[in-house]
Amino acid sequence: MSTPPLLTIEGLTKAYPGVVANDHVSFTIGEGEVHALLGENGAGKSTLVKMIYGLVKPDSGRMTLRGAAYEPAEPRQARADGIAMVFQHFSLFDALNVAENIALGMENPPALRDLAARIREVSEAYGLPLDPFRTVGDLSAGERQRVEIIRCLLQDPKLLIMDEPTSVLTPQEVEILFETLKKLKSEGTSILYISHKLEEIRALCDHATILRLGKNVGECVPRDTSARDMAELMVGTALKTPERGAREFGDVALDISGLSVPAPSAFGTTLKNVHLAVRRGEILGIGGVAGNGQDELLAVMSGEVTCARDAVKFDGKPIGHMGPTARRALGVLTAPEERLGHAAAPDMSLTENALLTGSVREGLDNNGFLKWGATRTFAEKIIKAFDVRTPGPENAARSLSGGNLQKFVIGREVLQRPEVLVVNQPTWGVDAAAAAAIRQALLDLAANGAAVICISQDLDELMEISDNFAALNEGRLSAPRPTAELTVDEIGLMMGGAHGMEVAHV
Amino acid sequence: MIRLEKRPQPSRAWSMATPLVAVLATMVMGGLLFATLGKNPVEAIRTIFWEPLFGEFAFYYRPQLLVKGAPLVLIAIGLSLGFRAGIWNIGAEGQYIIGALTGAGVGLAFYPTESWIIFPLMVLAGAFGGWAWAMIPAVLKTRFGTNEILVSLMLVYVAEQLLASMSLGLMKNPEGFGFPGSRNLQQYDSAHNAELIAGTGMHWGVVAALIAVIFSYVLLNRHMLGYHIRLTGEAPRAAKFAGVKPARLILFCLGASGALAGLAGMFEVSGPSGQVSIDFNVGYGFTAIIVAFLGRLHPVGILLAGALMALTYIGGDIAQGNLGLPSAAIQVFQGMLLFFLLALDLLTNYRIAIGKPEVA
Repeated sequence: MSTPPLLTIEGLTKAYPGVVANDHVSFTIGEGEVHALLGENGAGKSTLVKMIYGLVKPDSGRMTLRGAAYEPAEPRQARADGIAMVFQHFSLFDALNVAENIALGMENPPALRDLAARIREVSEAYGLPLDPFRTVGDLSAGERQRVEIIRCLLQDPKLLIMDEPTSVLTPQEVEILFETLKKLKSEGTSILYISHKLEEIRALCDHATILRLGKNVGECVPRDTSARDMAELMVGTALKTPERGAREFGDVALDISGLSVPAPSAFGTTLKNVHLAVRRGEILGIGGVAGNGQDELLAVMSGEVTCARDAVKFDGKPIGHMGPTARRALGVLTAPEERLGHAAAPDMSLTENALLTGSVREGLDNNGFLKWGATRTFAEKIIKAFDVRTPGPENAARSLSGGNLQKFVIGREVLQRPEVLVVNQPTWGVDAAAAAAIRQALLDLAANGAAVICISQDLDELMEISDNFAALNEGRLSAPRPTAELTVDEIGLMMGGAHGMEVAHV
Repeated sequence: MIRLEKRPQPSRAWSMATPLVAVLATMVMGGLLFATLGKNPVEAIRTIFWEPLFGEFAFYYRPQLLVKGAPLVLIAIGLSLGFRAGIWNIGAEGQYIIGALTGAGVGLAFYPTESWIIFPLMVLAGAFGGWAWAMIPAVLKTRFGTNEILVSLMLVYVAEQLLASMSLGLMKNPEGFGFPGSRNLQQYDSAHNAELIAGTGMHWGVVAALIAVIFSYVLLNRHMLGYHIRLTGEAPRAAKFAGVKPARLILFCLGASGALAGLAGMFEVSGPSGQVSIDFNVGYGFTAIIVAFLGRLHPVGILLAGALMALTYIGGDIAQGNLGLPSAAIQVFQGMLLFFLLALDLLTNYRIAIGKPEVA
């Protein structure tokens, strides 16, 4: 490229107490370039883009935008300079419609009718169909993301920053997004694309900068680099792929039939006629876009929500009416997705959190009187076995990083020798090495004869460990099929998020 | 710029220190208040905090500390169980009244028989009365999802009407020359909650309060039920995941706080107060809410807070009498104490940082 680069970053450094989030990071983004920022959780990607977007002020280093010094004091200034950002977590109001939500984020919003017309125009031009008058609460995750993208496109940005945009999308939705991004690129817009999904980056990006522990550890042209090489650059060591090993399937351990449960709240999902059976030694993967009944399905299996006796059976015995304690006694264990506040109490110590689910199977109480010594030993065992980074079990759960707490929560269930283990998003926010360890633990459990159900939005994860795959869509569960026979397209159709979607006309 | 930063975990040191700092801040600000009223601040503070304990008439005031502190601690211990779990019993005053009525009722029913069994029966009746009164909001909440704050509070006023009706009607002393109020239980040996050691103010209610403190400490720190109470308060969803049945917890917490409030009422009516009368209740049930929070909802903290609260009441009375401080000033002073305590509590979970913020 002969034109001067759009954005040059030189020696950007940002330290927080106790940790250097970015240590002399430098790279350049050319005009019309799609630049990937790769790295594990905690590598410093978010801090870096927050500095570019004016949310965080760097300690030292320089940024140059089209040859001029660029020091945004706040996001408003960054936007004025043509930099827009789509966050991983959406900032939309459920009760307002699309146009109102977009107007809220604008400095001088035009009349709602003119804005709606603009939204229609932009959404059609980029192949992101969106009705400006629909209520955001009714939109799917993919559609919500479109609202955020269109909000950015209305500013006519020179650089669009996207933070893990595909983590909430079905494969079809990802394809639509990529077409949109390619069209933007062809119009000269640069894109800074943050992800840890390597295949995506190989398909989309021209250049990649790899961060590890806040340092720039390498650059590559993703098309010419294998996913494995990039992963090893990210992690810094050779990756260990979980070993599946040969497993024999035994009898059906958990059997759900004809289960329908009304939505627990206004924004919940109703489970409709769900059937599933998982055998000992089997890992059943359940995919689907977030908010399609994952939490509700887990609650029915954990016993937080009870149902008809015969709707849920364990080893042929009806358990649908049993609460969580009775099910734990039988060996039906679960690990919910939300770590803080659901799987663990934030302000309680790890010892106290070990007691949360461990009291029944680990015998941590004696007629209701607690055995703190034994509980502490159990917490220490989890910390050791799952490499939870913490000074000790007396620390509060909220003081742990998300990934570390996730290891603790999964480890707590795995170490209780479950007969059936149901996990929701077991490796969400966990770094690659720890994720591999958690997956290996699930595989080992199955190899030892437990039935495992893994609910996840990470399709790669499900493909890697599950024997059979089913998908949740609007509270319905598709019939499980052997994972090995499935193509990505078929999975996408099973997830069923493709209604009313079209690929950008380019 | 000064701002607050969330601590990664609650500071144990600050959690211990805030009550002390709050008392000191109250002394300073209260002193300023008294000074603007034209009183000598040092003398006023000294009168409130020193006089009841070590002053010339301390022999009279010290027993009063126990008499006033015991019901506060007893009620506050019960309330703290529910407050820990996010179950808000605001109607302890009503349960206190009903406990006094049922307790006194049993005693009066036996009059003039003398037997050792009467007082224990009164104790049971008092606890039962308070428990039953608290069961009304508990059952309504578990069955119909009503708000226990409103229901328990409203029942205070119902209980006050019952008290008036009883002291003017059913329980009125037939030999009382037409004056409202029941027979004086202090003059009925079998029903009298007398001082255990003369001149100390130590009566069965004080013993019950101490037992409640120990019982509550063991429950919260060593028992599954107490763990479930704490878990429910800190993370309701996690509690449900752990297998806590919310309805059972509501029934237990409201029931226990009601029974303890009822006990407090019973010990009061059969001891220091002596009779059922229209103005029997003096707000212990409401003050105990302050005591519970002042004590950090911790059993030992509540014990200390109850003592402190009793001290400011007695000291406040002396200051009113001796220095002519208006009673409103004393109430402001007590209000300050709670205000500083709650405000400084922030420091347990946050630290003050000076400098420019990291994130706009």
